[in-house]
Amino acid sequence: MTTAALSPTTLSKAALFEAQAVKTSARRNRLLSLPALIIIGIFGVLPLIIICIYSFLVAAPYGGVQWQFSTDAYLNFLFQRDIFDDTLQFTPDFLIIYLRSFLFAVVTTIICLLLGFPTAYFMATRPPAQRNWWVLLITIPFWSNLLVRTLAIMFIIRDEGLINNALLALGVIDKPITMLYTNFAIQLGLLYAFLPFMVLPLYSSLEKLDFRLVEAAYDLYATRRQVLWRVIIPLSKPGIIAGCLLVFIPALGAYVTPLILGGGVHLMIGDLIAQQFGSGRNWPLGCAQALILMAAVLVALFFYVRNTSGKVQHG
Amino acid sequence: MAEPRIMDIKDQPGFRSIAVICLLVLYTPVLILMVFSLNSGSLVTHWEGVTLNWYGSAFLNEEFHNAAKNTLIISVTATIVSTICATLAAIGMTRVKPWRGLAAAFMVINLPLMVPEIITAVATLSFFALIAGTLGLNFGIGNLILAHTVFCIPFAYMPIRARLEDMDLTLEYAAADLYATPWNAFKRITLPLLVPGIMSGAALAFIVSFDDFTITQLVAGPGQTTLPLYIWNQIRRPMTPEINAISTILLLVSILFVTVSFLIARRRAK
Repeated sequence: MTTAALSPTTLSKAALFEAQAVKTSARRNRLLSLPALIIIGIFGVLPLIIICIYSFLVAAPYGGVQWQFSTDAYLNFLFQRDIFDDTLQFTPDFLIIYLRSFLFAVVTTIICLLLGFPTAYFMATRPPAQRNWWVLLITIPFWSNLLVRTLAIMFIIRDEGLINNALLALGVIDKPITMLYTNFAIQLGLLYAFLPFMVLPLYSSLEKLDFRLVEAAYDLYATRRQVLWRVIIPLSKPGIIAGCLLVFIPALGAYVTPLILGGGVHLMIGDLIAQQFGSGRNWPLGCAQALILMAAVLVALFFYVRNTSGKVQHG
Repeated sequence: MAEPRIMDIKDQPGFRSIAVICLLVLYTPVLILMVFSLNSGSLVTHWEGVTLNWYGSAFLNEEFHNAAKNTLIISVTATIVSTICATLAAIGMTRVKPWRGLAAAFMVINLPLMVPEIITAVATLSFFALIAGTLGLNFGIGNLILAHTVFCIPFAYMPIRARLEDMDLTLEYAAADLYATPWNAFKRITLPLLVPGIMSGAALAFIVSFDDFTITQLVAGPGQTTLPLYIWNQIRRPMTPEINAISTILLLVSILFVTVSFLIARRRAK
C-alpha cells in the first residue's frame, strides 16, 4: 500500500524537480553562448557587412575607400571605361580568372575523389587497430601547415629540384623541364593540399557502411564492379558530397597555392582579391570580387543543403 | 573456407595500391623537405652531408626569435580565449531547451569555417582599417589575436560539443536528484567529463592559429611577423636549408598537437 501510494507522487516529484532543475539552469545556460557569439559577431560577421558596404564605394588613391556611393566596382568586374570616349568596354580579364579558378577547383575535386574514394574505402575495410593508424596518417597532413606543404612541392618541382635533377642524372632529359610557375604546378599543389580533405569525410561515411548489403548483393550474383557502383557508391553518397564540398570551396578560394606555385603569373581568385588590397589599391573592387566569390560558395552550399536534406526525406 | 570468403567481399581490386600511392604522395615531398634541413651544404637541392647547423643558425637568428615570440603570444592567447568561449557556447547550445535562434547561433559559430579564408582576411583587414580610421583604435598585435580567436572558436567548439553530446546525461540528472546545485553538478560531474573534449579542442585551435598564413599576412602590421610570415619572407630571398629547418619545426609542432588530440579522442572512443 505504501509503495503504491508513495511511488507515483515521489516519482512525479522527482521528475518535477529534475525538470525544474534542468529547466532553470537550461534557461540561463543559453546566455553562455554569448561571449562566442559576440566575438564572432563583431570581428567575423561585421567585417563581412563592411566589405558589402565598401564594394559600393569609391577607391581612395592610396588604398582604403572614399565615402561616396558608386557601382563602379561591380561594373569594373566585367567592363573597363575607355579613357578617350568614356564608353564601357567588355573586358573579360577578371571573368577569365574566375573561370580558370572554377576549372582548377573542379579538376581538383574530381581527381581528389578518384584517389580519395579508393583510399577511404581501403582504410574503412582494415581491421580496427590498423584503421586508427591510417586515420592518423591522413589526419596529420590535414592539419599540417599549408604554406610549408606547398613549399615542399615547390622544392621538388623547381628547375634545380629533385625531379629535374633525377631526370638529368638518368639522362632522360638534357635540360630541366619547367614545372614551377605553370598551371601544372598550381594543379599539383591544389591536389596535394586538399587530398586529405576528401579522404576524411569519405572515410567517416564508409566506416558506417553495412557490409551485409554488400554480401546480399554478391549472393544475388552481382559482380565486383556492380557491387561497387550500385551498392557501395550510392550508400556513401553523403560522404562523397561532403568531401567534394570540403575540397571544392577552399580550392576555389585558394590563395597560398597559386601565390607560391603560380609565381604571380598564373592568378586565381584568391590572389586577385589580395592584389586589390595590395599593389592594386582598389579596395572596393577587391570587396566586390570577394563577394562574387562568396556568392559562388553559397550556391555550392545551397546544393549541398538541398541534396542532403532531400536524402533524409527519402530515407 | 568461410573465413577468406568474408574478407574477400570487402575487397575491391586496385584500391590497396591507390591507398598506398596516396600516402606516398602526401608524405614524400614533406619528408624530402625535412631531410634537406639536415643538409650540410648551403643549397637546398644538393645533398652534401648531415649537420644540425641550420637549426643552430635558425635559433640564433633574431628575426626568427621575434617571429616565434609573436606566434606564441598570438596563438596561446587566441587558444585560451577561443577555448573558453567555445566551451561556454557548447554548454549553452547543448544543455539547454531549444531556444529561438539556436539554429542561427549555430550558424554564426560555424561561419568562419564556411567563408573562404581570403574573404575573411580582406574583411578583417577592412574592419581594422575602418576602426583605425574612424575611431582611432588600433590594438597592435591584439588585432591579430582577435582575428585568430574568431576562426579558432569553431575548431575548438566541434570536439567539445561532440563530447557533450556523447556524455551520459543520467549522471547529471543523478547529481541534480542528490540536491547538487547546477553549478556544483557542472563543476563536479560535467566539467571533469568534458576535459578531454576541451583539451582536444584547444589543441586544434592552437594548430590553426599557429599555422595561419592568409589572414595573418593581410591583417599583420609592421613588426608583427609570425613564423609562417617569416618563412614567406625567406622564400623570396636566396634560400638556404635554414628555411627547411624552420619549416620542419613548424611541421613537428603540428604533428605533435594532432597526435595528442588524436590520442585523447581515441581514448574517449575506447
